[in-house]
Amino acid sequence: MIYEVFRQERKGQAFAHAGSIEAPDAVFADAYAREQYGRRGESAALWVVPRDAVHEIENFADELQKNYHRVDGYPLKEKLGKARELAAEGANALSTDAG
Amino acid sequence: MTEQVQKILEIADDELIVGWRNSEWTGIAPLLEEDVAFSSIAQNEIGHARALYELAARELGTTADELAFDRDPGEYRCSRLVQLRLVPDWARTIARHCLYEAADKERIGVLKESDDPDVAGLAAKIDREEAYHRMHAEMWSDRLAGEPRFTAGLEELRPLLEVRDEHVAEFADLWEEMTMVRRSVAGATW
Repeated sequence: MIYEVFRQERKGQAFAHAGSIEAPDAVFADAYAREQYGRRGESAALWVVPRDAVHEIENFADELQKNYHRVDGYPLKEKLGKARELAAEGANALSTDAG
Repeated sequence: MTEQVQKILEIADDELIVGWRNSEWTGIAPLLEEDVAFSSIAQNEIGHARALYELAARELGTTADELAFDRDPGEYRCSRLVQLRLVPDWARTIARHCLYEAADKERIGVLKESDDPDVAGLAAKIDREEAYHRMHAEMWSDRLAGEPRFTAGLEELRPLLEVRDEHVAEFADLWEEMTMVRRSVAGATW
């Protein structure tokens, strides 16, 4: 049986996938996970999950490319750049007037 | 040599030799994950031997390396149980592992109560690692419970636990191999 192991590097941090192990049951899986992912002090905690318990979801429909629905939807970089350019132009215009 | 130093040396010899024998499974254990786990246990045992030899060496005015590698085979006080070469018999290896870890728990428990804070401190440290060895031994013993080869192994090996005066024949080969590099350049500091 295959178990997926997730590793937390420091307390409070998110768990990240570390790798998988083969073990006959959950007790063996815990022992093997501890040996492979925890014995050098590299982990604060482990999650050991039977592979069958992991639901994989893929193929996300995004037909209309609705970027604004995404968390990273509004790229501000370009807008900020333009705003800075405008501001600089404005400042230059002011200094020219003063001269 | 005080009784306590004698005892520490006895445990150190057991740990070194059981670590050596368990490490003979590196690369050939029944499954890869077990290979990693059992090799790690072997390495822990040798680490415990080193710490215990250092403690004894301080009392005896020598060094851990000299105690581990420069004595004659007859001077080692390790139990017959740990001397046996059991590769490739996994059932008997696990039988030895279970017998050894159970006995080791008892004596490390005694050392933890020592008046000498160095001894008690080291014993407590060792015991924290041994807890995982015991978990490993127990999970295997649960899994193999009732298996005739495992049961026969327990019966056969149990009486060897406290036999320390006479070594088994294959201990001579182990000693040859174990001290070979050390003897190859006498007096070298590595």
